Amino acid sequence: MIYREAGQFKTTYASDQAIFPIVQDRVVVALGVLAVFVLPTRFANEYWLQAILIPFLIYALAALGLNLLTGYAGQLSLGTGGFMAVGAYAAFKLSTAFPSLSIVIVFLLSGLIAALVGVVFGIPSLRIKGFYLAVATLAAQFFLIWLFNKVAWFVNYAPSGTITAPSRTVLGVTVTGPTASAAARYVLALVFVAVFALIAKNLVRGRIGRSWMAIRDRDIAAEIIGVRPLRTKLLAFAISSFYCGIAGAELVFLYLGSAETLAFDIGLSFLVLFMVIIGGLGSVLGSFLGAAFIVLVPIFLTNAPHVMGLSLPVAFQKQLELMVFGGLIIFFLIVEPHGLARLWQITKEKLRLWPFPH
Amino acid sequence: MIDVLQHVVVGPFRDIGSNPAFFGEVVIGGILAGMLYSLVALGFVLIFKASGVFNFAQGVMVLFAALTLVGLLERGLPVAAAFVVTAAVMIALAFVIERVVLRPLVNQEHIILFMATIGLNFFLEGFGEMLWGANVKKLDVGIPDRSFMMAGMQVNQLELSAGVIAAVIVAILAVFFQKTRIGRALRAVADDHEAALSIGIPLKTIWVVVWSVAGLVAIVAGVMWGAKSGVQFSLSLIALKALPVLILGGFESVAGAILGGLIIGVGEKIGEVYWGPLVGGAIENWFAYVLALAFLLVRPQGLFGEKIIERV
Repeated sequence: MIYREAGQFKTTYASDQAIFPIVQDRVVVALGVLAVFVLPTRFANEYWLQAILIPFLIYALAALGLNLLTGYAGQLSLGTGGFMAVGAYAAFKLSTAFPSLSIVIVFLLSGLIAALVGVVFGIPSLRIKGFYLAVATLAAQFFLIWLFNKVAWFVNYAPSGTITAPSRTVLGVTVTGPTASAAARYVLALVFVAVFALIAKNLVRGRIGRSWMAIRDRDIAAEIIGVRPLRTKLLAFAISSFYCGIAGAELVFLYLGSAETLAFDIGLSFLVLFMVIIGGLGSVLGSFLGAAFIVLVPIFLTNAPHVMGLSLPVAFQKQLELMVFGGLIIFFLIVEPHGLARLWQITKEKLRLWPFPH
Repeated sequence: MIDVLQHVVVGPFRDIGSNPAFFGEVVIGGILAGMLYSLVALGFVLIFKASGVFNFAQGVMVLFAALTLVGLLERGLPVAAAFVVTAAVMIALAFVIERVVLRPLVNQEHIILFMATIGLNFFLEGFGEMLWGANVKKLDVGIPDRSFMMAGMQVNQLELSAGVIAAVIVAILAVFFQKTRIGRALRAVADDHEAALSIGIPLKTIWVVVWSVAGLVAIVAGVMWGAKSGVQFSLSLIALKALPVLILGGFESVAGAILGGLIIGVGEKIGEVYWGPLVGGAIENWFAYVLALAFLLVRPQGLFGEKIIERV
């Protein structure tokens, strides 16, 4: 690649176990984080922020949550949409019941509530495995959505049955509600994603992450060497649902503005699962790549015919989009079943030696 | 508190006792609806048994089959010819899927194959609508959707014929699996891919056969559901209805799919009629899942699923 790592010796355990052991990587990542905070708020227009960047960040957070559960702990879940709904409705109830509560605290609390619900629906995972568990988590999905539809208390008895994000400020800047600027919402979403991605990365490198992977790879063997399946699995469900809950709250408060249960239906669960699998199971970076892929492909497919100067009938274009989307998923699975993260890794390995292959 | 218990535990049973004929009607309605679920679940089981693929696209295959059939009928083909052509289309589809999707993904983890079938799900949905249009179509195969009285109970004729047809199909499949050469090969593949390969069973052929059979079952399911509620996109969602049936009966068992369908059908109808009003109704979306879930806690591999033997 453009830089060489030769000559960088690790003399302490801390430097050996750093997330980015190479100096150049650290510099690039630090500059990159700075850039994503500064550049879009300065230069990106409303459309870019609202249609691409904000949903990307929110989906990335949800994908990260599901990746902890499915990719690291090996528990296949199709209830993501339900857990996100819990976060969204909890945030709505909390922010309307306690108007003076900071929205950041509201998000964190709704994440905790989602975590509690996640633990309850994670209990079957102690008995049920694999696809049986996947179908069992669908029970959570359908039951939670039904509950939010039926019980008017969750929407403060609004006759329309929708929840609307109230106006709230952080450090004097309006971040939610109809008057919030896209840039402010983008920055708040970015802060959450950055902090929780860092936490996730450290979780999976540590004792908890290793016990998750032990359970994933061979649960009985893990039990024998002293990993407690009850605690480990439920912890995975709790933390995953915490992430998904916050993502759900953000989906309503920072992206949609107002929503009903339809926004959290089974389609959302599948969408997030796609991101995780296309991006790469068991990879923090993969969650981001997968979210970017799933957000960008439909936008690309919608705009491609325009750019090429074709004008297609709307229905035909929608069907074509479905076909291309499905085809792309199959194509990527065949090319690299381990996801975009693995592709990136392979590219990096190749670039290390390029242009001298020996 | 006592009042609530009274409503939940005592009330519904009192209602059942006070009008047994109505209860019988509910149960029969449940059995017949359950037969329809079973038909969809059967398609899942066939494919899972022989290839370990959890085929999420089964629902869309049902839709695709029904769309093709209706499209051909609308173009003036006689019913019998339309059935034959649709069957040919489903078999061709099986060939294409095996070649394009399954063969490159051989030996991958189950979840990857599962994802691929979801991709297939999207593709077929777009493809079917592109070929035949997206509006709701009526499907008329000559079985009227009306009720008649039998021993003092109302029975829907369409559901009754669906039940009979499902029973016939199950019988045929049972014979096919147990008695024919291909059936034995199918069971061998289901038991152990590698062992089956090593004694010379062609895996590719087997997969095409199972996907074809699943496609044919999808035609029957599509006709039955289509005649009931019109051929439209929502038909593909019945796959979600079939999932609790599947986990209740066990992924590997044809008999389990049938029995699971009946249990879910009856349980759902009884729950909806007697307990539904207590919580405001519309519980059919999740009731089957909770029922199946409660059952799984006792028997994690379903009613007839192969016993899970865990080794280190």
